[in-house]
Amino acid sequence: MKVALLATCLTDTFFPSTARAVVRLLERLGCEVAFPLDQTCCGQMHFNTGYRNDAESLARKYTEVFSGYDHVVAPSGSCAGMVREIYPEMGVSAGPMYELSEFVVDVLGVTDVGAWFPHRVTYHPTCHSLRMLGVGDKPLRLLRAVRGLELVELPAATSCCGFGGTFAIKNAETSTAMLTDKMKCVLDTGAEVLSAGDNSCLMHIGGGLSRLRAGVRPVHLAEILASTEEEPWAHATP
Amino acid sequence: MGTRNPVTWLGSPTFPKAAREALADTQLRQNLRKATGTIRGRRAAAVAEMTDWENLRLAGEAIKNDVLSRLDTLLVQLEEAVTARGGVVHWARDAAEANEIVLRLAREAGTDEVVKVKSMATAEIGLNEALEAGGVKAIETDLAELIVQLGDDRPSHILVPAIHRNRSEIRDIFQRRMGISVSDEPAELAEAARRYLRQKFLTTRVAVSGANFAVADTGSIVVLESEGNGRMCLTLPETLITVMGIEKLVPTWQDLEVFLQLLPRSSTAERMNPYTSVWTGVTPGDGPSSFHLILLDNGRTATLADSVGRQALRCIRCSACLNVCPVYERTGGKSYGSVYPGPIGAILTPQLVGDMHDPLSASLPYASSLCGACFEVCPVRIDIPQVLTHLRAEAVEAKGRTAESIAMAAAAWVFASASRYERAQKLGSLARFIARDGRITSLPWPGSKWTSSRDVPAPPAESFRSWWRKNRGS
Amino acid sequence: MARDEILRRIRAARVPAAAPAIRNYNRTGPGGVELFAERVADYRAIVHVVTDVPAKLRELLPGKRIVAPDVPSSWLIDGVEWLRDPLTIDELDGADGVLTGCAVAIADTGTIVLDGGEAQGRRALTLLPDYHVCVVRADQVAASVPEALARLEPTRPLTFISGPSATSDIELNRVEGVHGPRTLEVLIVT
Repeated sequence: MKVALLATCLTDTFFPSTARAVVRLLERLGCEVAFPLDQTCCGQMHFNTGYRNDAESLARKYTEVFSGYDHVVAPSGSCAGMVREIYPEMGVSAGPMYELSEFVVDVLGVTDVGAWFPHRVTYHPTCHSLRMLGVGDKPLRLLRAVRGLELVELPAATSCCGFGGTFAIKNAETSTAMLTDKMKCVLDTGAEVLSAGDNSCLMHIGGGLSRLRAGVRPVHLAEILASTEEEPWAHATP
Repeated sequence: MGTRNPVTWLGSPTFPKAAREALADTQLRQNLRKATGTIRGRRAAAVAEMTDWENLRLAGEAIKNDVLSRLDTLLVQLEEAVTARGGVVHWARDAAEANEIVLRLAREAGTDEVVKVKSMATAEIGLNEALEAGGVKAIETDLAELIVQLGDDRPSHILVPAIHRNRSEIRDIFQRRMGISVSDEPAELAEAARRYLRQKFLTTRVAVSGANFAVADTGSIVVLESEGNGRMCLTLPETLITVMGIEKLVPTWQDLEVFLQLLPRSSTAERMNPYTSVWTGVTPGDGPSSFHLILLDNGRTATLADSVGRQALRCIRCSACLNVCPVYERTGGKSYGSVYPGPIGAILTPQLVGDMHDPLSASLPYASSLCGACFEVCPVRIDIPQVLTHLRAEAVEAKGRTAESIAMAAAAWVFASASRYERAQKLGSLARFIARDGRITSLPWPGSKWTSSRDVPAPPAESFRSWWRKNRGS
Repeated sequence: MARDEILRRIRAARVPAAAPAIRNYNRTGPGGVELFAERVADYRAIVHVVTDVPAKLRELLPGKRIVAPDVPSSWLIDGVEWLRDPLTIDELDGADGVLTGCAVAIADTGTIVLDGGEAQGRRALTLLPDYHVCVVRADQVAASVPEALARLEPTRPLTFISGPSATSDIELNRVEGVHGPRTLEVLIVT
């Protein structure tokens, strides 16, 4: 199956290991992955901050870049949500778009991806995956099938981490208060790794944990699913 | 026009500023966390009992959309039905007009004191202050409203205006203002309120209420409550004045079957609230002999004219969105500068004010991380995140050129071309040289807002696209 | 003037017609006296399932001053000081309790509905006394809210009662007993 990757600007720039992991995972599952190099940003930041016209231009750019593909996959619930749920609100129709866990479970029909990840992991479901896309327990089903992985439940998992794009800047104190509670929940699990399907939320919670020198590592779901005994996950170095 | 809409409190700071102060109040945060935590769990249980909840929500949404699509006809129908049953209908374009009518009616009834049932509409128009200025004292009879009134405080929640107060703070207010000695046991506090208000109920000749629903085809008005203060006000006085937003209609009596199931479970997490009163005009020998219904616009018709924003008029004031909101839980209701706090306030207040040049109004749509928990629980399916981003666009337009708009335009220009984007990416990647141990702990403004509490990962030397180009060609 | 302007503004808003509501929610439910009894009791009302109303009243009411609207004469047992309308507000406030029937009850929510009809009287009678005894016949129990509303006449003054007076205003937890009757005793007649 041929599938195009929307890496997202954040992952492309800051978290390339996640996008590489998506490529590895999907190829392992028999997909032919394309990465159209003309892609940039889906326009979510502009849209969510109130810059409609800019967001609309970026939406149109997206549709040009991805028009030839039957399936587009993004390792991000919020960017996938932008394309699938918000573009139509702006009068822009895009083709089929899947968040990674949806694509693997629903389109490829796989829950055991043959991964190996011998760590204690807790999972933050991220608001847009959960409520905008409705991915439900698909990420958890994927994680439960990973060999060696010990999944610990995150208390108050469905609460927002306080990122919210420019919200984290415009209402920095409120965002930090939300982050503080989320970090407490993460630390309470005793997990070594915090995973999520969205690098933006992971960057937020991870940024807070890093400030605390908490030692919990933020790792995108894709990197866990890509990890195998032959080629195990290694903490990315810049 | 020209007079300010009292839906926002005069002199309130913008949301981020007010929130900053509220966040520093640890007692407030504790109170809110406890109360919202309690009600969230209970609401979820009350809703889980219903196998048809989503169908009820869809029906609630559809009925309210129908109301909005033929509001003129339905209001005229309501007016006819109420008039035919001995009631008098008044129309008020704004707060000042509504307040004048209530004051005139109170004076005509020869009273200088009215008892009040908790009502958002009368809070929105600042009725108590307007009556006071006209020499008429308004006595709040709902327990939480009484706590706010006796504490010279402001409301912070739609359903429980004193949610920011815990039991011992309430005891202190009661002891100070009622001159009594009482413990902080909720049952004893409730008993104190009962004794304090009893004589008022028995002797006051005019009552003012709001309305949860009005049935257009029968002229019936519906008020849901818990304590019995509503029944007291709706039954004992000679004159009853009801102030109701024009959107509070349902077309038929049958439509209530949807809302009487949606509202209590969403609001107090009960299968049914203790008391619901329904009356139609005047019933000789039972209840008030004089009934006045004031139909209030106060920004609603302007809201109705906005094709995205009008869904806020479906709101039935249950406050479920407040209770699940992670922002509300931390900042409390007063940070929103209005009687309508929380997610619904963030979309309703600016629309009722109708002026995005007002700094408070323009800040409210940003008082959300867009997590969507509000939409999930809303019994009439108001897509609050959708309206929030819609209003953000209005706020941006009203502001014109700002540092932010210039930065956003620059970012859009960069993203418009893959080669510009890639050059910016390479330039940005140089930031890794200011990183230590793979993290950046301090950035200049506005990045400092981020690094005040979080590190930034050092950008890697190689972006994904460079890796792709090297390893996969194109 | 205000009326015309508001109506004009509404028309100027040009709201498109809406799709009709689909009423595919549950119109009925399991219903029954048992469910009703359980749900009323959930709200800390006292529930008795009885076959002989006067016999139960003889246990509950003797020695009390009880307001009675037009209840069946068999309920007016001896040993009770019965208060009948016309009564002043102070007289009502001074009564020990009130005895009524009801119009409809709702099993699903544990609600009784008064409509001012037979054996119920005007609204103030069931409001001021601190104790309310309400007699519900099994055939008056509707299964669901939709079924109950269909049985009611909306233009009568209606009072829906679900348990005794309560409040959630202190820390969002329910506490019984504020302004309305603090004790609600429901007699379900089978």
